[in-house]
Amino acid sequence: MSLKPKSNWELIKNGMFGENTIFRMAISLCPSIAVTNGLKNGVALGVSVVFVQTMVNFTVSLLRKFIHPKIRIPIFMLIIAGYVTIIDMLMATYARAIYKEIGLYIQIIVAFASIFARAEVFANKNKVFSSLCDGFGMGVGFLLAMIVISFFRELLGKGELFGISLIAGNPLLIMILPAGGFLAVGLLMGFFNWIDMRFFGGKGASGV
Amino acid sequence: MDFGKLFELVVASSLINNFVFTMFLGLCIFFGVSKKMETAVGMSITFTMVMVVSAALSWVVYQFIMIPYELTFLKIIIFIGVVAAFVQSADTIMKKVSPTLYYKLGVYLALITTNCIIIAVPLKNAGEHYNFFESLAFALGSGLGFGLALVIMASIREKLEVADVPRPFRGLPISFIIAGLIALAFTGFSGLITL
Repeated sequence: MSLKPKSNWELIKNGMFGENTIFRMAISLCPSIAVTNGLKNGVALGVSVVFVQTMVNFTVSLLRKFIHPKIRIPIFMLIIAGYVTIIDMLMATYARAIYKEIGLYIQIIVAFASIFARAEVFANKNKVFSSLCDGFGMGVGFLLAMIVISFFRELLGKGELFGISLIAGNPLLIMILPAGGFLAVGLLMGFFNWIDMRFFGGKGASGV
Repeated sequence: MDFGKLFELVVASSLINNFVFTMFLGLCIFFGVSKKMETAVGMSITFTMVMVVSAALSWVVYQFIMIPYELTFLKIIIFIGVVAAFVQSADTIMKKVSPTLYYKLGVYLALITTNCIIIAVPLKNAGEHYNFFESLAFALGSGLGFGLALVIMASIREKLEVADVPRPFRGLPISFIIAGLIALAFTGFSGLITL
């Protein structure tokens, strides 16, 4: 992370675009394909991640002076697992229909590299409020990526948006199949790289 | 014990319900370590071993501690704890007992805790009420399936190094598209066995 302190707005923006979890950092990829076959599921998971990421950053930052560096990994894991259990139970009670489809992936937020990484790299070293903003930005970045991917997959695969039919028939069935998920993410990632190179003089996605 | 059922579970979880290509779990590691054949093979071996042992441990904890004391609602926290503790202790023991093996496979061991499959398998074992041997078979199949996916991907990506790919698509985007094509091939396995 950069050495000079950033304003809170910059932190949020950085999470949303500059270090977008899926398209730029290429971590936490599993759900980006698994639950993006419909906008409803994508948004539901995205919102859960915003909650978990923000709260984890907040808690870790609050406790950063009390966590012994040697045992920080299990402690972070427990904090994350606690918030994931909250979301899991809330979904199971109030959003039964969605939970049946994406329940497993909600539980798997525990193993998300992005949440753990932010706790480790940012929240562990920064003030409470800026950690809160960083977590929120990262979460929203993830949510945006989920919306973009599931928008294209649902529209092209089923001809629907939020379950409302827009195009008759099944235009491109492959897009809602597992294979379509990989294709959609690959093409979108390439597209964002192209925009970055063409208009902002960037070097493309990191982690390659 | 019904060997036919166990064999079916192994085949089903490795080919038909392959974690990478039909359930999209473990992708971070899948794209992370599939650049070279050597690392892919190392990862597959370590992963399958850890998978089987941690599935067995979680099964014991689930049946004999969590169910009698009605702690099943805490399964996420407990399973991730069991897995993390096992990986950490395996790391320490291996370093002490066999430094050469540790030198070869230790790196992968540390990576494994961030793999979603490692937590998905105990959760699924608990959800489907598998017995002890079924849990082992499911874990073994999942590990082998992940290894197969890694090896296929690594062998393609090694060739890709010399291919002329459009610049914005170099690296990850093209890997995703290739994974999509492999996934398409894997859909051909569906319906092989109906459980």
